[in-house]
Amino acid sequence: MNRFIVPIVGFAILVIFLMVGLNRDPTFVPSPLIGKQIPTFSLPRLDEPDKTVTDANLRGQFSIFNVWATWCSGCRQEHPVLNQIAAQGQVQIYGLNWKDDVGLASSWLQKLGNPYTANAFDKEGRVAIDWGVYGAPETFLIAPDGTVLYRHISPMTMDVWKTEFLTRIAAAAGETR
Amino acid sequence: MNAPRLPVILIVWFSLSTAYALDAHKPLDNPEQQELYERLTEEVRCLVCQNQTIGDSSAPLAADLRREVWEMVAAGQSEQQIKTFLTDRYGDFVLYKPRYGGPAALLWLAPGLLLIFGGFVLWRVVRRRTALPVNLDNDSTNGSGD
Repeated sequence: MNRFIVPIVGFAILVIFLMVGLNRDPTFVPSPLIGKQIPTFSLPRLDEPDKTVTDANLRGQFSIFNVWATWCSGCRQEHPVLNQIAAQGQVQIYGLNWKDDVGLASSWLQKLGNPYTANAFDKEGRVAIDWGVYGAPETFLIAPDGTVLYRHISPMTMDVWKTEFLTRIAAAAGETR
Repeated sequence: MNAPRLPVILIVWFSLSTAYALDAHKPLDNPEQQELYERLTEEVRCLVCQNQTIGDSSAPLAADLRREVWEMVAAGQSEQQIKTFLTDRYGDFVLYKPRYGGPAALLWLAPGLLLIFGGFVLWRVVRRRTALPVNLDNDSTNGSGD
């Protein structure tokens, strides 16, 4: 009996490692920003380049900061979901238009609807680097005090909105009360 | 007739792939800084195409990160400052060679731990084997006795 213990235990360890390891998404990179203050920035507004969008716009209420671009197919996919979230009115939605073209981005918003309070236009992608952005779409959830609560990578869905975002908003709102 | 062409094409092709500088910034005046820039582009992971360094990748984000690294090197920042800048934004995963500490400590200690474990297994196997020849000797003496 004794000589079976070592192989069986070894096999069990291997199974556990593989079960955990193979179920992980290797493309997911956790954000070191979570729990920290949002990076400061100041960028021109997409629609009115002489005005600016800054980190101050993302404070004061629960906010969503959505990184998108017209070259990003996942962004087109999630756009109706953002419209739906905007219509619910629980958060303000700001956009970071990432390495895009003003004309294309403007006609995109005209055609597909505009869920954004305003869009920051990041032509060179410098602010995106400060936010640790590596692939659009990315969606950050920000508390009224400017703390990053969550980051979602890949297109938003109503399911993710309910399970990941609304629960965190409820939890954070509960703490401050 | 055609045969000698293929090796020539292959040699040219593979030597092209080692020519780096996708978007050649002008080389830094200070050779030490240029060396640091080149080394960093080989150590920083492109997160869009995760099995490439930013020096290898033609992804737009990799180009942005090269520009960022180039500017920081040109501004005289140290290797440590630049790596901290990157890990503050992208986490330890951005470095191909993660820094010691936290969960990464396990990675660094694993070779030593495995060596100790392997040594222990080896010691046990060898000790068991040294017990065997006694039986073999008995067998051979038995055999010769018959």
